[in-house]
Amino acid sequence: MNTKQRKLIYRILPYVILSVIGICFLLPLLWVLVASVDPNAMQSLKMPKHVTAGNYIDVLSSHENQRAFVIGLLMSLGQAVIVVILALLAAYPLSRYQLKYKKPFMLTILFMTSLPITAVMVPVYQLFLTLKLYDNNVGVVLFYVASSMPYGIWMLKNFMDSVPGDLEEAAWVDGASVFAGIRKIIAPLMVPGICTVAIFTFSGSWGNFFVPYILLQTPEKFPASLKLYQFFGQYGMVDYGKLAAFSIMYAMPSIVLYILSQRFMSKGFSMQGGTKG
Amino acid sequence: MGGLTVSTPRLKRKNYTWLYFLLPSIAIMLLFFIYPILLTFFYSFTNLALTGEAAKELKFVGFDNYARMFQDPTVRVSIWNTLIFLIGSAVIGQQVLGFLIALLMKHKSKVFRRVIGTVVLAGWVTPEIVCALCLYSFFGDEGTLNAILSFFGISAVTWLYTVPMLTIILANIWHGTAFSMLVFQAALDDVPNEIEEAAVVDGASRLQILFRITIPYIKETITTNMMLVTLQTLGVFGLIYAMTGGGPGTSTTTLPIFMYNQAFVNYQLGYGTAISLLLLLIGIVLSLFYIRSLKE
Repeated sequence: MNTKQRKLIYRILPYVILSVIGICFLLPLLWVLVASVDPNAMQSLKMPKHVTAGNYIDVLSSHENQRAFVIGLLMSLGQAVIVVILALLAAYPLSRYQLKYKKPFMLTILFMTSLPITAVMVPVYQLFLTLKLYDNNVGVVLFYVASSMPYGIWMLKNFMDSVPGDLEEAAWVDGASVFAGIRKIIAPLMVPGICTVAIFTFSGSWGNFFVPYILLQTPEKFPASLKLYQFFGQYGMVDYGKLAAFSIMYAMPSIVLYILSQRFMSKGFSMQGGTKG
Repeated sequence: MGGLTVSTPRLKRKNYTWLYFLLPSIAIMLLFFIYPILLTFFYSFTNLALTGEAAKELKFVGFDNYARMFQDPTVRVSIWNTLIFLIGSAVIGQQVLGFLIALLMKHKSKVFRRVIGTVVLAGWVTPEIVCALCLYSFFGDEGTLNAILSFFGISAVTWLYTVPMLTIILANIWHGTAFSMLVFQAALDDVPNEIEEAAVVDGASRLQILFRITIPYIKETITTNMMLVTLQTLGVFGLIYAMTGGGPGTSTTTLPIFMYNQAFVNYQLGYGTAISLLLLLIGIVLSLFYIRSLKE
């Protein structure tokens, strides 16, 4: 093999390896996409004889499924809103004041962001029985809020650090209260940060299966993630088309929000123009 | 920060008004996060159960749960399974594959990067139950993999029964690799081109550059990413539960699955908590290492 051939191989090889990896990642995904529009979907990937929207219509027209989607949306939205508001409030003194125990507090927060939630679910279940919150969707939302609070505080505090203090002081001079300062000056300047936190907490609970699986019992209260699992167990072996259509619809919010978050992230960090303009 | 205390400070440090801002967050975290962690320690020394005699009266049983744990052969199996799952899917799988993809993507055409990147990211963005379904059907008896093999004249394999651990490891790699890929892409972009170019001028081979320059340069990123990915993988439940349910037998029973079975299938909450404490302790140690790796 001469140098020229070797160079050619070095040029082509990465493309070959990456393409193989890409195909391996694509195949399982392609199945769920194709099966969802195939009236006779099977377990393996195949070309559908004709394309149908029937699977989607069937899944969507079921009241049970509609309810599961609405419950899931309400829970995840509720959680995201509460996390943003509470974390914004908590981030304010942490960002604006020199507090004595700020450093250990922030380290504890960071530590908590990385703990596996799975490990505390058994005691949480017991706690929910004691507090009469078991099988209660609001209870699940409260637990979601608590478990994503460390991440929210950590992110929003860091975002708030980059919002200059002089804007707020100017508002105070004009007679604004602290809350008005946060609401009218700081929050609008932190929209990218707030959206990032909201999107990540929303996707986190939307995609979560274990927490509602442990804390909810009545099928009528199940969010979409549990409904899909139930579906999987009940009809999984017979109706791959509907199962795939349900999966796609359930995965959609996570995918759309991820794409949106990329928009915010790329624009988000060049926000220093506030004081100059 | 100093400027604020000089001009009209609405929140006075002295009268602790600032505390009101923190209280709601702290209260909710104390009740639903920190208190359950403390309960984990407490319950693991009790006979807490959902049914039977023990359900009526909570008793301290000392280290009984732990003694039982160390004698229980299934515990040993699930610790072993957890280790295989962690090393296979997190340490080797996601890290190495994520790094490889990031490395190979460097300096490639934008369209190509985007196509491969999107496909890998799709697995990450997809919720875990959907991932479980996609991979379950891929490895199923009549699934895509067997269909491809039969095309090449190879007879079907019952993947989920013969190599269940491999299927959940691959599923978790499919679901998680994008995170490592993103982390390493950012890290590799920070490696100055001059250093690598200088090494080329000095006659270093590609592998030498990779192992002597690139990897040492992003060493800290590798450590931090390793901790994070391991922590995420440690808590994986839904993916395994939906794909294999921990079976066949106990062949894919990792610690979270075993904890679930003990606490909610056998109703032995106390024993289940002792197992979750094991998970929690591993998590705490890894988190502490993670924070240390960030500070350096």
